[in-house]
Parts: sequence; structure tokens; C-alpha cells
Amino acid sequence: MIYVELFWNFFQIGIFTIGGGYAALPLIQHHIVDLNNYLTISEFIDIITIAESTPGPIALNAATFVGVRTAGFLGGVICTLGIILPSLIIVLILGKLYSKYRGMQGLKTVLRMMRPVAVALISAAALRIVLLVFFEGRVAKAQNLNFIILGLFAVSLFVLRKFKLNPIWVMLGSGIIGGVIFSLI
Amino acid sequence: MNKRPNIYLKLFLSTLQLSAFTFGGGYVIVSLLQKKFVEKFKWISEKEMLDIVAISQSSPGAIAVNSSILIGYRMAGFWGALSTLLGTILPPLLIITGISFFYEAFRDNQIVSAVFKGMQAGIAAVIVDVVYRMGKRYFVDKDYLSIAIIICAFSLSFFLEINVIFIILGGIALGVIIYLINRKKQKTSNSNGYGHIEKAVEQPNKENPDKDQTSQDIGSTTQISKDSENSKEGEDDLC
Repeated sequence: MIYVELFWNFFQIGIFTIGGGYAALPLIQHHIVDLNNYLTISEFIDIITIAESTPGPIALNAATFVGVRTAGFLGGVICTLGIILPSLIIVLILGKLYSKYRGMQGLKTVLRMMRPVAVALISAAALRIVLLVFFEGRVAKAQNLNFIILGLFAVSLFVLRKFKLNPIWVMLGSGIIGGVIFSLI
Repeated sequence: MNKRPNIYLKLFLSTLQLSAFTFGGGYVIVSLLQKKFVEKFKWISEKEMLDIVAISQSSPGAIAVNSSILIGYRMAGFWGALSTLLGTILPPLLIITGISFFYEAFRDNQIVSAVFKGMQAGIAAVIVDVVYRMGKRYFVDKDYLSIAIIICAFSLSFFLEINVIFIILGGIALGVIIYLINRKKQKTSNSNGYGHIEKAVEQPNKENPDKDQTSQDIGSTTQISKDSENSKEGEDDLC
């Protein structure tokens, strides 16, 4: 039964994805391309492209895409459920423990150390995104710098900080303005 | 009574909106969750949000999904968690299903890629804004231990490209080590004559952990900075 197989594969992927969505991609490749031949490697590369360029968490996008391609819409639902179920169970348990024991000195100290780690990892991800966007995935050299993107970035940041605009409007706005500019060039 | 369905709907719609419009994956969505629930609604404190991110990073699965579940759980228990989870998974499910039927055309479309390019500039701005807000506090408070951890963990992740999971485990280990050292110090100070005084000073804070959080945090900062030599050991482990 394809649905059970898909669910079981993505359940395993969900368990072993630690450290964020990108960690799921090699696991998906292993289970879907290498072990089960549900998709070819070139289809898998398309999946990464689509998952990165559509809204939503990358792991979920990839899971849905694999599911839909192999077994239609229901396949997409099954893969999504498979990949989130381990998270749901484990995170709810941790959430419960957190709300129960957050006053405890030991946990407090550990969380105090974890907060700056979280800030650091988000900063590292932010810098990666900024470099990727500014240099369009090429080497970070001055001649590769895209000044239109730099300008859009500066305006977006200014609007965000000055007017506290909803970030979704800022992103859509820079998408529309950028879309017009890049289409005309 | 009428308020309960409202909160579920609000949680569902908030995460639905974020998941439907946010390109770029986990950390961008986390940044937007922070903007929405901490800065706009003021439902969750910044510290708690960082705890949520820390727990999400250390658990399996996508960070965006984990944080959504935790925020929902924090706001309205199990059903709250299901509301935010549903909000997060629904948009990818529908959008990807739609796209998968004509994805060759979608992938090669010039206008689509031009809009994406422009949108990425906006995404970069949003995440930079959030990072600035999150990091600023440590520098304003002159919390040197945290600043050291930020620099260390950032370098490990960005320059050395160490797997995130090891950096997280290092952070946990550092916390455990500092806690054990503090406890040992308390025990030894209890056995000499000064123990009573120190204990008496600390007691009121312990009884009211929530009420007196800021003062206790300041207390533990000074306590920890005394151990900076010891904690260096932990950080060497990390590096």
C-alpha cells in the first residue's frame, strides 16, 4: 500500500530531521530516491528548487511535493502528516515539561545559555540569506553585487524600522517592485 | 466563554498567513512569528520566544513547524497547538499541490523568477530587522557571557559550518556545567560559616521566581561571571 509506505518513510524522515528543514532534504533523497525509487534524482532537484521558491517551511513543501507526485493529493496529505507527527509528539512533550519546570534553577540556567545560541543561529541564517540574495548565489565579490536588490533591501529595512509596517506587505511590495524592475531590464 | 473559539481562530489565521506568504524557510518564519506574537500581539515575552526557538531547534522536524506548535500550546494548550499546526501545514499543502501540476512552466517563468528575486530583498530586510532586535538586548544589558556565546556559536555555524545539532548540544552542555558549578559552590559555601547569609539573601528570590525574575537574572549573571574561567572550559568544548 503506497500510502502506508509513504507515511512510514516520512515519519522516519520527521524523526531524524534535527536542526531545521534543510536537514530533511538529504534524508528525503535517501528514502525517496535511493531506497524506494519513487522519484528520479533530477525530479528531486526540481523539488528542492520548488520547495525553496514557494512559501512555507522547506521540509513541508518537499514532503507535499513528493506525496503529490507519487500518489496525488492524498499522497501529499499523508506525507505531510508523516513528517510532522514526530515533531508534534516530541514538541508537545517538551512544551509541557517547559511550562511545568521552567521555574527550576537547572532548566533556567540551561535555557539562559540556549537563548544566545538561538540568537546566534538565527543571525548566521540571516547572514547566509543576505549574502545569497545580494550576490545571487555567486562569490561575495564587489562586481557580483546586485545594486537593485541592495536598494530594495535598504528601502524595505527603512520602511520596516521607521513605519513598523506588516512584514508581509514589505515582502510583497518588494516582490512587486522588484518584479517590475527585473522584467523591464 | 466566547473568547476561546476566537483565540483558536486568531492562532490559526496568524500562522496561516505567515506560512502562505513567507518565502525562504524556517528562520524567516520564526522571525515573523516573533514579529507577530511578541511585537504586535505582545502575547509572548521576547525571552519566552527565544526559549521556544531553542526548544524548536533541539527537537526533530522543521523549526517553523515546531515553533508554531509551541506558540499554539503556550497560548491555548493542545487545541491551540493543533490550530497553529493546521495553519502552518495548510498553505504548503494547497500551494504545492497546485504548482506540482504545472511546475515546469512555473519553474521557467521569467516573471515569477523576477518577482521572487525582488521578494528575496524584502525577506532579507525582515530577517535582519528581527536579528537586530533579538541581539540588541544583550549588548544594551552588557551581558558579556551571552555575547561571548553568541559570537562563539555564530562563528561555529557561519565560518566553520558545524552541524547545528552539535552547537545546540554544546549550549545545553554549557548550561548544565554552569549549573553544576553554581550548585557545588552553594554547597561548599553552606558548609562554611557564611553559608547562612548567602542562602538568606538568595531565598526570597527563589520563592518568587516569576515576580522577581529581573533581579534574579542579574544575580545569576554576576554569579556566572565569577565562573567565567570555568565556563571558558565549556566554551572550549564548543569551539
